[in-house]
Amino acid sequence: MYVAVKGGERAIENAHRLLAHERRGDREVPELSLPQISEQLSLGVDRVMTEGSLYDRELAALAIKQARGDLIEAIFLVRAFRATLPRFGATEPVDTGKMQIRRRISSTFKDIPGGQILGPTFDYTHRLLDPQLAEGVTPEPPATSDAPSGAMPRVTDILGRDGLIEPAPRADDDAPVGDLTREPLSFPADRDLRLQNLARADEGFLLALGYSSQRGYGRNHPFAGEIRLGEVEVEFMAEDVGFAVPLGSITLTECQMVTQFKGSATQAPCFTRGYGLAFGQSERKTMSMALVDRTLRARELGEEVLAPAQDEEFVMSHSDNVQATGFVEHLKLPHYVDFQSELGLLRKLRKEFAEANETLPMQEAAE
Amino acid sequence: MNAPAYNFAYLDEQTKRMIRRAILKAIAIPGYQVPFASREMPMPYGWGTGGVQVTAAILGRDDVLKVIDQGSDDTTNAISIRKFFAKTAGVATTTSTADATVIQTRHRIPEAALHTGQVLVYQVPIPEPLRFLEPRETETRRMHALGEYGLMHVKLYEDIARFGHIATSYAYPVKVNARYVMDPSPTPKFDNPKMDNCAALQLFGAGREKRIYAIPPHTSVVSLDFEDHPFSRYRHDAPCALCGAGDSYLDEIVTDDKGSRMFVCSDTDYCEGRQAQGHRGSESAAPHKERAHG
Repeated sequence: MYVAVKGGERAIENAHRLLAHERRGDREVPELSLPQISEQLSLGVDRVMTEGSLYDRELAALAIKQARGDLIEAIFLVRAFRATLPRFGATEPVDTGKMQIRRRISSTFKDIPGGQILGPTFDYTHRLLDPQLAEGVTPEPPATSDAPSGAMPRVTDILGRDGLIEPAPRADDDAPVGDLTREPLSFPADRDLRLQNLARADEGFLLALGYSSQRGYGRNHPFAGEIRLGEVEVEFMAEDVGFAVPLGSITLTECQMVTQFKGSATQAPCFTRGYGLAFGQSERKTMSMALVDRTLRARELGEEVLAPAQDEEFVMSHSDNVQATGFVEHLKLPHYVDFQSELGLLRKLRKEFAEANETLPMQEAAE
Repeated sequence: MNAPAYNFAYLDEQTKRMIRRAILKAIAIPGYQVPFASREMPMPYGWGTGGVQVTAAILGRDDVLKVIDQGSDDTTNAISIRKFFAKTAGVATTTSTADATVIQTRHRIPEAALHTGQVLVYQVPIPEPLRFLEPRETETRRMHALGEYGLMHVKLYEDIARFGHIATSYAYPVKVNARYVMDPSPTPKFDNPKMDNCAALQLFGAGREKRIYAIPPHTSVVSLDFEDHPFSRYRHDAPCALCGAGDSYLDEIVTDDKGSRMFVCSDTDYCEGRQAQGHRGSESAAPHKERAHG
């Protein structure tokens, strides 16, 4: 019975036991290890780290295993763990201009200082199912060459030299870093909080919103100025020693979209920026994020807010998949007290309707 | 790997302090929704994270906790939350309304009158009573600030114009301390009068929406209505089939696929207490057996 008068406690325990059994699957099949998940399902791990807001491959892999591959459930596990961690402070801003590049492309220039570097990408693969992979093959070792010696400036920095693109706003070093996990969000929200919200946002939600802006719901004529993937150093200013201490390096994907702006009475026409950043290799996420970051700047740039993708309250209130899945799935909880109240009301309304239309036969609502 | 060790009642003390500040503000401004930095809890949003955070912030070692969902101590989510606090705080738990010092609830207010010193913690899904009339938070906050509740009265009036009465059966809006219009959480409107001049402190936690609000003890809580269409409670007109109570809110239990049903108290503690006192209903001799069709 769904809500037994007694015995719910044992039912819950048994359900969880069954879940653990199903999670393991056929015991004849070898059990997944965390390194297998981390190494071979790495893009899933990257997504869980990004939307879970915690850079820890091992914990993300554990979450994926525990969640039976349900990435939103895994993100939820990571988030709940993250919420309990103490905060020591904020790191120094990372410099993606100094990234150790693994992949870097621009769609706005044929060639750029440092060159176009395809790196590990699905792009240009033919999407044909590979039977060899089913059998297990040892892939060829990757091609190598000498590491590029020159600098790899960001494309937006190149454009910025001529003033063709708006300057990136300088962060105030003394201003505290906004954190929507520590302070309740209020609207209108500043861009730092918007970007934090988008970084944590559901990839599918941002993908759909970004896509809608390309199809005319919110004007956006973007170019992928640059997408870069690689490792950056993270440093933390330790007050005790008086200088920034390196904490290690993390893998990031950064996307800078370049969008037309016709200018205003006070501002010359120039390109504007949309920004996306994610842990690991998360190109779809960062591209979508950059599109939505730009559409959400409508208010700041004096554009008319007409489409969902431009509406910060709509976007930011519904972007978090942990919140969304919780509230959608809470409909599984018993609601029979309210339902009973609604039944009573509906029966009354139907009775009144029948009395007003006496030609219609009276019928009980629930029959 | 990082093995977590959790604090008393799960939340760290800094977080509890933050929540307590929000609670104090909420008590100081009855019915006003105080934003707070809701944490991600180890249970899903929408499943009581707001109530759980409020309970975690107020729970002391000597507290006795009762958790109900739909009026019952034995619904799955009530059990899950009770076990959570039994595990993380080690507090005593009870199903007795009278013995509890903190009662966390979803969708019901206990039938027995609450007494001084008790705290009733409500789980709230959508704290904003104006949300379905105006989806924007920026707008609804302004409307509350200005006490601009015309939209709500128009909605209630339209109900009357269309149906002849107010067609809201749960989450029925109230005015607290003659100032703020407040959502009582999705309790049936049957429970609304219990909030008025209640001896217990009533705290409301909405985790996903990051809001806390409160009704201090002995505060006026008035269900919105019109002089010629006064507020009325709804209760199915039948005695409880188990304890014979004629004054409790009833659950409808479908007993077969031919239209048979029985009505029993939604508040299981109230019902069991009455049965222990010797009260009987039509089905109480054999409540789990096949019943005659009524």
